[in-house]
Amino acid sequence: MDTLSARFQLNWPSFQLKVDLQLPGRGVTALFGHSGSGKTTLLRCIAGLERAQRGFVSFKGEIWQDAKIWLPTYRRPLGYVFQEASLFPHLSVLGNLRYGMNRIAVAERRSLDQAIELLGIEHLLERKPARLSGGERQRVGIARALAVSPRILLMDEPLAALDLKRKQEILPYLERLHDTLEIPVLYVSHAPDEVARLADHLVVMEGGRVLASGALTETLARLDLPIRLGEDAGVVLDATIVERDTQWQLARAEFAGGSLWSRDHGLAIGRRVRMRVLARDVSLSTEHQENTSILNLLSGVVDAVADDDHAGLALVRVQIGASVLIARVTKRSAAALGIAAGRQIWVQVKSVAVME
Amino acid sequence: MLLSADDLQAIWLTLRLAGIVTAILLVIGTPVAWWLAQTRSRWKGPISAVVALPLVLPPSVLGFYLLLALGPSGWIGQLTQSLGIGLLPFTFWGLVVASVFYSFPFMVQPVQNAFEALGERPLEVAATLRASPLDTFFTVALPLALPGFLTAGILTFAHTVGEFGVVLMIGGNIPEITRVVSVQIYDHVEAMEYADAHRLAAVMLIFSFLVLLALYVWQHRGQRRT
Repeated sequence: MDTLSARFQLNWPSFQLKVDLQLPGRGVTALFGHSGSGKTTLLRCIAGLERAQRGFVSFKGEIWQDAKIWLPTYRRPLGYVFQEASLFPHLSVLGNLRYGMNRIAVAERRSLDQAIELLGIEHLLERKPARLSGGERQRVGIARALAVSPRILLMDEPLAALDLKRKQEILPYLERLHDTLEIPVLYVSHAPDEVARLADHLVVMEGGRVLASGALTETLARLDLPIRLGEDAGVVLDATIVERDTQWQLARAEFAGGSLWSRDHGLAIGRRVRMRVLARDVSLSTEHQENTSILNLLSGVVDAVADDDHAGLALVRVQIGASVLIARVTKRSAAALGIAAGRQIWVQVKSVAVME
Repeated sequence: MLLSADDLQAIWLTLRLAGIVTAILLVIGTPVAWWLAQTRSRWKGPISAVVALPLVLPPSVLGFYLLLALGPSGWIGQLTQSLGIGLLPFTFWGLVVASVFYSFPFMVQPVQNAFEALGERPLEVAATLRASPLDTFFTVALPLALPGFLTAGILTFAHTVGEFGVVLMIGGNIPEITRVVSVQIYDHVEAMEYADAHRLAAVMLIFSFLVLLALYVWQHRGQRRT
């Protein structure tokens, strides 16, 4: 069931936002786009931090904004994580966590312990924000947003201000959020790898408009969108670890339609994972290649062919059982192999990223 | 005794005046500073200019207009008369009113700068944490702008201690009521009591230096901490 409806028309001198979105009431929805695509502005409009001249927001039947109603941000039951943690410098970590919690009805208050435990910040509670690392600060910022017992969590590029190491430090916590939170999450990001790891639902934005909105796997497999993703075009497959080869340190994960080998990350058999396969790591062949270094060889049927962003390249979508992969090939190769919809083809996958 | 009874009386009067003016300005200057820091109104420019006027006007000009306004036919004078307070010129409270106008920018500008330096973000964060605007003002803006308040308080106090022209126009030179230190020094010099003038002037000099020293040392430490 759709629980968040948002319609906005915003006219700024140099920017226009025009969206009409229905978003699911569960799971993580990624608002994805390049900078300037309007994703942060959209999030701010939903939170009431920005006021669109014409807008409508309703959440679970409650109207936050329409022609007559305007619910100010502090009366909307949401949690918000800013790009920079923006902790209050005059309060300790615990003071920051309690700030919002003390302002909600006693009946709605939940113990802080869960948020503290979820983000692993037990040892930081007495510290002042100035004495935290960037990653720790952002973890406190997320816990602080959860401490108001929000009914929806809005996150504005919570990792963008952090370096790669800090990102790696926080991502596992975000994945835990994904697994444990029952409230819907809106997650703004311009990083395809974060989206692939965290999102269930994907909204692609460009120039203040929504290009696509749908389930992650289906939306990533759309051939009219990968163009916007450039090098990051690819698909995400839901899979289960089914076999571990201890001699060669490899693991096999099965998805609907086949299975793929990848490096063994120590995940137990039966573990549910996501596999990300980039279009640039997929190549096609009309024959079964015997002598190749590539382990993953799958048989499929060409489903569609589309132009890529460079005139010399094409994107080929191949149906493999119930799943699809996208391959990026040169148009010359596509012509030489006679690739067209309906053709039986061998698919070679050079690299697979496995995510918990 | 280093200072005469009259001198001590002038010092006590001066400190009392400066203390009361600083307290009043904290109360009325803060909302003005907050409004100026937050508003996008086209009135921001004109209001800012009015607030800053005492910085550039000769004190005698300000004192002259205040004297007219507070006098029997001025609008403040008529108001105070109808309220049964009587006329304010040449009274201690007349000095207070005049000093409030005169020291207004010294309170408003540092506080306004401190509010502006906060930026929008802490206020937005507070809103997402369920704090109403008034709540946000008292629990986020005020504590974060505290250094600005300290600067403003010290500057206002010191500036009120140092005024002369406005005092002379509004308060005259009445012992125990309006004869503040700066006027007392003037009297000593007029009466050729240079030794008395010296002692009192030295007290003022040392006081002013110590106040500014404390302010700058404290600001410097604050900067190193952040």
